[in-house]
Amino acid sequence: MVQKRKIAYINLTTKKLSQKAMPKKIRTMYIGGRGIDMYMLYNHLKPKIDPLSPQNVLLVGAGLLGGIPCLGSGRCDIAAKSPLTGAVGDSNIGGFFAPELRFTGFDHLAITGKAEKPVYLLVKNDEIEIKEASHLWGKDTFETQTIIRKDQDDENIKSLVIGVAGENLVKFANILTGMKNSAGRTGMGCVMGSKNLKAIAARGTTPLEFAHPDRLLEYCRQMNDMITSTRWSKAQSRWGTMIIYSNTNTTGLIRTRNFQLNRLEEGQDLEPENIDRYSIGTSGCYGCAVHCRHRYVLREGPHAPLYGEGPEYTSLGAFGTMIDCRKMETILVANHLVNKYGVDTLETGGLIAWAMELYEKGILNDKMTDGLKLEWGNEEALYEMITNIAHRKGFGNTLADGFKKAIAKIGNGSEYYAIQVKGMSNLHSDERPTPSFALGIATSTRGADHLRSRPAIDMYGLPEDLLEEVYGGPVASEYNSYYGKPRMVWWQERLYAVTDSIGLCKFQTVFCSVHAPQWKEFSKLIQLATGVEISETQLMEIGERIYTIERLFNLREGFSRKDDNLPERYFKEPTPIGLPVAKNKKIDREKFSKMLDEYYKLHGWGNDGIPTAGTLKKLGLDKEPSNLI
Amino acid sequence: MQKMLAVDPEKCTGCRLCETSCSIYNEKTCTPEKARIRVTKWENEGIYIPMVCQQCDIPICESVCPMHAIKRDSNTQALVIDKELCVGCRLCMQFCPFGGIGVDDETKKIIKCDLCNGEPICVKFCQPMALQYVDANTLNTRKRRAAAKRFSDILKKMLATI
Repeated sequence: MVQKRKIAYINLTTKKLSQKAMPKKIRTMYIGGRGIDMYMLYNHLKPKIDPLSPQNVLLVGAGLLGGIPCLGSGRCDIAAKSPLTGAVGDSNIGGFFAPELRFTGFDHLAITGKAEKPVYLLVKNDEIEIKEASHLWGKDTFETQTIIRKDQDDENIKSLVIGVAGENLVKFANILTGMKNSAGRTGMGCVMGSKNLKAIAARGTTPLEFAHPDRLLEYCRQMNDMITSTRWSKAQSRWGTMIIYSNTNTTGLIRTRNFQLNRLEEGQDLEPENIDRYSIGTSGCYGCAVHCRHRYVLREGPHAPLYGEGPEYTSLGAFGTMIDCRKMETILVANHLVNKYGVDTLETGGLIAWAMELYEKGILNDKMTDGLKLEWGNEEALYEMITNIAHRKGFGNTLADGFKKAIAKIGNGSEYYAIQVKGMSNLHSDERPTPSFALGIATSTRGADHLRSRPAIDMYGLPEDLLEEVYGGPVASEYNSYYGKPRMVWWQERLYAVTDSIGLCKFQTVFCSVHAPQWKEFSKLIQLATGVEISETQLMEIGERIYTIERLFNLREGFSRKDDNLPERYFKEPTPIGLPVAKNKKIDREKFSKMLDEYYKLHGWGNDGIPTAGTLKKLGLDKEPSNLI
Repeated sequence: MQKMLAVDPEKCTGCRLCETSCSIYNEKTCTPEKARIRVTKWENEGIYIPMVCQQCDIPICESVCPMHAIKRDSNTQALVIDKELCVGCRLCMQFCPFGGIGVDDETKKIIKCDLCNGEPICVKFCQPMALQYVDANTLNTRKRRAAAKRFSDILKKMLATI
């Protein structure tokens, strides 16, 4: 393989550093990024360890194609055992860090132990230093990056950092790079905080070599043309992921007031066009021709002046529809706050929306919330809650522990109102009218999540012959249908696992456009970049292997079929409003269970959700842990 | 009129496809450090400005080069380095007011934009068209029109009220 890449092992307790060349076998079985992270997660951890103990391993993995000039090749995968769920902890981050890490010669970092005092890692062309970071402790995510650049007198340093939320061990603290790129989910920032690790800074000038540079360059240009010519990307370039809101809110696919309604009435101010009032232009991650986030400025009002980036569709729900707040400005302020403190936007919004419903139902009262009126649409309460969560202050301390612990603490029937799976909050999407999406959030290895498997093209009502061609089997065109949907989820899971492993952006594959690059194009990119031939079929098998080793990890931690479930409300409460396709819909328990059977069967897992011996053998997983790296 | 590599920072999204494509095209590796064009950023304010050799009409780099290693290409009018003559003294780099000239850390020789023989690769990769390879007069006409639009809007309003 042309790309001679290395992995570094860092023990923060003993300060021992070592490195190793990446074996080709690992590459051909797991590719890079998420795949290799998942292999190491399964191999490095003993079962049932405390996620906040020094034994947990923080894995940072750049994708195999990180640095190529197309399809948002700046993605980095961060993994550890999740302190939020106890399951696979894994979060993917864009921006500019992964390519910079690759320019140092390293593709993967495996960090264990716990530093005695706050430290940060400086990775500079083959050299890794553990640096003192007391002066960074307590600083917000933006300041931290600026100070590291100043300290090192190098404006080109790219850092992964935590904010005060990570320091305070908020269970869903994130890791941030730049102004908004976050490894948001599963609390990877909390793991960093538990290791007294404030930041990982990278700076490299080592050439990244390719097998066929000229042909790769030309093919990358074709890939950029391919993605930017899709209607989805054109809309996304202009308005960002917020564009999804226009469709989903009109139809009635958005959870509102936690889970009481499925559309925000009079939510016009949250329409994506309104970002133009604040936007100074869009911004792209490394190697991205789509540039889907806005650079926004608040010039007036109590929070001005303020510069931020985003917001994503996620934040429109987290700080808008779910808490019934109808002002774009609120979204922009809250989005900025979570980025500054370093907490996951989605988890934060999900928990606050839940608390507001509990407050309405009388399960929470003023005494329990320290006098904070958690009423729908109360934006001041929202800002204060975000701040209190990040600082673990008052009632914020309860929410900072995530759903599992907060439910145990509050009790009193509060669990019923929590829209979460495996302890992780769901997006603000309402999946009751869309069985494919519902199955995806139930089966996701990292808890309720849309980025593990969501077949967003299910929304388009594409012709069935086209769907069969894409998914390799019959799938119903209507999104209300259950027919063939497990196949969709299964196919997307494998595609996203591979996308996260080669290090490209999920939005630039078959997520929202059926015309986007996928297996065939990925296979060719790998061949041109590395000289290694991995066929489309082999890529699908690699996706299956990655997903299955994640499953094995969760099984080992005690998760089982019973955890591949939906919140009870999905089965009991029909959607109250919306267009006919979205109104009066709930998930049928029996049909859901059949989908699960079919989904397990497609994976080659038994009815109990455990991979069969034959499947493990076929995937080369029968001798794990194999401890190759 | 000679074409020029025009930069419009207002359109730049900071994705660095220009740097990446430039280094693969010229160096056959991905090494932004050796790219002839670099995006300078004020990340915390959202300002991105691509910086590249302006191919000056009165090139300071050419005047200060003791080896006469910088010459103008007759086709593209780009200032190009004669690598055989360059001794790596870096005077050109020190005198260039734009930071348009870099040094290759390995060969110790000067690197700069040569407009890719009239088909700049960065322009082909720049989706938001912050980089364009255009006739200087055309560029000026476009800019003039964009600036004049404000007056035209005011005029239209005034005429409508009459």
